[in-house]
Amino acid sequence: MTGYFLQAFVYLIAAVLAVPLAKRLGLGSVLGYLIAGVIIGPVIGLVGSETATIQHFAEFGVVMMLFVVGLELEPRMLWNMRHKLIGLGGLQVSITTVVVMLLCLAFGLQWSVALAVGLIFSLSSTAIVLQTFNEKGLAKTDGGRSSFSVLLFQDIAVIPMLALIPLLALPELVALSEKLGEAAAEHGDSLNLVAHLPGWAYGIVVVVAIVALVVGGHFLSRPLFRYVASSGLREIFTAATLMLVIGIAALMGLVGLSPALGAFLAGVVLANSEFRHELESTIEPFKGLLLGLFFITVGAGVDFGVLQLHWGKVIAMALGIMLIKATILFVLAIIFKIRNSDRWLFALSLAQAGEFGFVLLNYTVQNHVIPQDLSQILSLVVAFSMFLTPSLFILYDKVILPRYERTENHQEPDEIDEKGTVIVAGIGRFGQIVNRFLVANGVKTVVLDHQAGQVELMRKINIKSYYGDATQPDLLHTAGIEEAKLMVVTIDDKEKVRDIVKYVKHAHPHVRLMVRAFDRGHAYELRSLGADHIITEAYYSALEMGGRALNELGFHPFKSEQLKAAFDQIEKDNKEKLYQTWLAGNEDNRFSNDYRELFLQLEELLGKAMSKDRSDGHSLTERGWTPPPKNYQDDFKQ
Amino acid sequence: MPKQKNKVLLLFAHPSQDRSEINSPMFKLASKTDGVTAVDLYREYPTFRIDVDKEQQRLLAHDIVIMQFPLYWYSTPAILKEWQDLVLEYGFAYGHEGTMLHGKTLLCAITAGGAEAAYRKEGYNHFTIRELLHPIEQTASLIGMRYLAPFTLFSSRTAAEEQRDKKHLEDWNQLLNSLINNKLDLELASGLAKLDVQNIDLIRGLL
Repeated sequence: MTGYFLQAFVYLIAAVLAVPLAKRLGLGSVLGYLIAGVIIGPVIGLVGSETATIQHFAEFGVVMMLFVVGLELEPRMLWNMRHKLIGLGGLQVSITTVVVMLLCLAFGLQWSVALAVGLIFSLSSTAIVLQTFNEKGLAKTDGGRSSFSVLLFQDIAVIPMLALIPLLALPELVALSEKLGEAAAEHGDSLNLVAHLPGWAYGIVVVVAIVALVVGGHFLSRPLFRYVASSGLREIFTAATLMLVIGIAALMGLVGLSPALGAFLAGVVLANSEFRHELESTIEPFKGLLLGLFFITVGAGVDFGVLQLHWGKVIAMALGIMLIKATILFVLAIIFKIRNSDRWLFALSLAQAGEFGFVLLNYTVQNHVIPQDLSQILSLVVAFSMFLTPSLFILYDKVILPRYERTENHQEPDEIDEKGTVIVAGIGRFGQIVNRFLVANGVKTVVLDHQAGQVELMRKINIKSYYGDATQPDLLHTAGIEEAKLMVVTIDDKEKVRDIVKYVKHAHPHVRLMVRAFDRGHAYELRSLGADHIITEAYYSALEMGGRALNELGFHPFKSEQLKAAFDQIEKDNKEKLYQTWLAGNEDNRFSNDYRELFLQLEELLGKAMSKDRSDGHSLTERGWTPPPKNYQDDFKQ
Repeated sequence: MPKQKNKVLLLFAHPSQDRSEINSPMFKLASKTDGVTAVDLYREYPTFRIDVDKEQQRLLAHDIVIMQFPLYWYSTPAILKEWQDLVLEYGFAYGHEGTMLHGKTLLCAITAGGAEAAYRKEGYNHFTIRELLHPIEQTASLIGMRYLAPFTLFSSRTAAEEQRDKKHLEDWNQLLNSLINNKLDLELASGLAKLDVQNIDLIRGLL
């Protein structure tokens, strides 16, 4: 047990020390993790033998990342990007594969090996690229979006690749492994239900598994999460989310498919669910840490022995591959009219080989396609190219972007594809009306509520809503607070409203904050925390009721309307004074004597104003329609 | 010796500004003009709760008041009528001691849907614009303000399509500037049937 703790401690301390340093130096977290890995692995040798095992565990980070990617991709959005996805992604993968394959053939490799190598190098690192895009805020640029579609195509293309690779098996390697007996089988997924099934049965199992995933995800996940959410326990929700992702990974493993792909599919299936944001924010920290772990293991797994033997080859191949990929991407960018700095971003960001390369390499070795020694070198090449990627981003930041910025300053600003949305937190009896009004006027809203039943109800009447606790910063993040213009807070819990105001004003000062207060004291408190607009929940309806009461008592409706307006005006005029007095009051007793006195004065003022007329004594409080005095015509005698 | 500059208060009343093709550009232009205080009444008082004190102070601080509006049923949009009803109080604008506005100038800048030919005895509107605005003219007279002939764009619904809007804005700009710089012969301008660019040119020619 202590041994595990020590190892975990070593990994974590490496990350904790290296990542912030790397970020401060502008290198991005990925490079930080990689360097941390190299230091604790090959350099000082604190970790080593167990790296492969941990890497299997860490690959789960990639699975989670694809689950999150899937969650962000509504089917409609996938459809919208189909041209780029298939055109750009398809061309990138196929051209790269062919070019690399031809090169390998030129170096005298067998065609099947050459093809496998081509496939492996056609993939880029989703983990590094998406992580970096997120960190640098590049995801919404044209280059970022194009890169994303290519990455997505690559992730999908892994499935047919996994299907194709076993067909490329080299007879001599198969023979070799048979000689060695089942030695190869002990590595990797030993639990495989389908390994001994005939081809047709395997096909059926795969189809059944995927259908089960999609149908189950669509129909069963919602009742499940509703059930879990009704408990109100956040940790159980977390458990359920992890259970879902781990379950999918296990299912996919059992039928010999990629867990990452399964998770991606499940993510897409759940993308329309009201639990989407909560799922995403629940899994986000696990994903981040495991991805970090994955990068550390890549660093730690650099085999200095093999590297020493072949370092020239490895570096040359890594640089060569990146040059080839960047060139192909650049040409594609020209064809697909990706412009200016975006073209460079696209070409540079995807030039490396990716983590799926490791997966495929393992797989090719298991399937006797690529010999072990070649695969060791290739995996170093993949690692090395991943290592170089952050420096390409630095190159982009420091050299290419400034050059374009000078010329781009004179151009039209980027088209804004997302109008400022409104986040409505709390969709109870109050928030509902606000939301309906906004939606009816074509305002895009994102609704958050922590009551699954309420969210369900909203969805039944076609109001887009999500389950989640709006005080959680990560939920606000996934709900898009960065792009939001306005946040309407109409949740019942006074403390939580306070927390939200504090957090949003601190972390997202650009968001206008409109909150519902419980009463006057709450309103003042929220104002002191920086809320922009505050409506005290019962004020206007009470005033309305007062007006109707006057009507009922025989006041002329127009007169009571005027009286209501006058009342409101006096409230407004004295709000500031009351607030300042409240603010100056004792922390423990905001409603001090001064305040009470002022409040009584206000009541008196109100009483006077209600009975006052403009013509007698020129009250400054109300101005209605006042006819001139009866004798006023005397002035016009000519 | 340069003449003293005038301070112009523009009271703009248009209840449907997202459809406005002429009035909104006119208001925008005026807002950017130094020496003009441009007030969008519907923006400032969306619930018609006009702040009488504030409006009276504004009147006191300016020399020339322009009411800018689209002609609605031969009169002003409702808020401008409300403004008159509340702000031009007895004791402030008229009546005993109600002399606060004496000597100031009032001008209507309006857009009319009908063609100019409709606004005459033989036309379907039977009265000229100046005649139709008699209530405002008489109000000005009672509160001691000098009333200028209205500055009008006729057939305003098709002005943008027919590209007459640019010209009108130019005229408007010229009018505002001659008002601010005191280059308009107010005596003359109050005697005309309507104020348009020919008159303005003529008046400038006389200066």
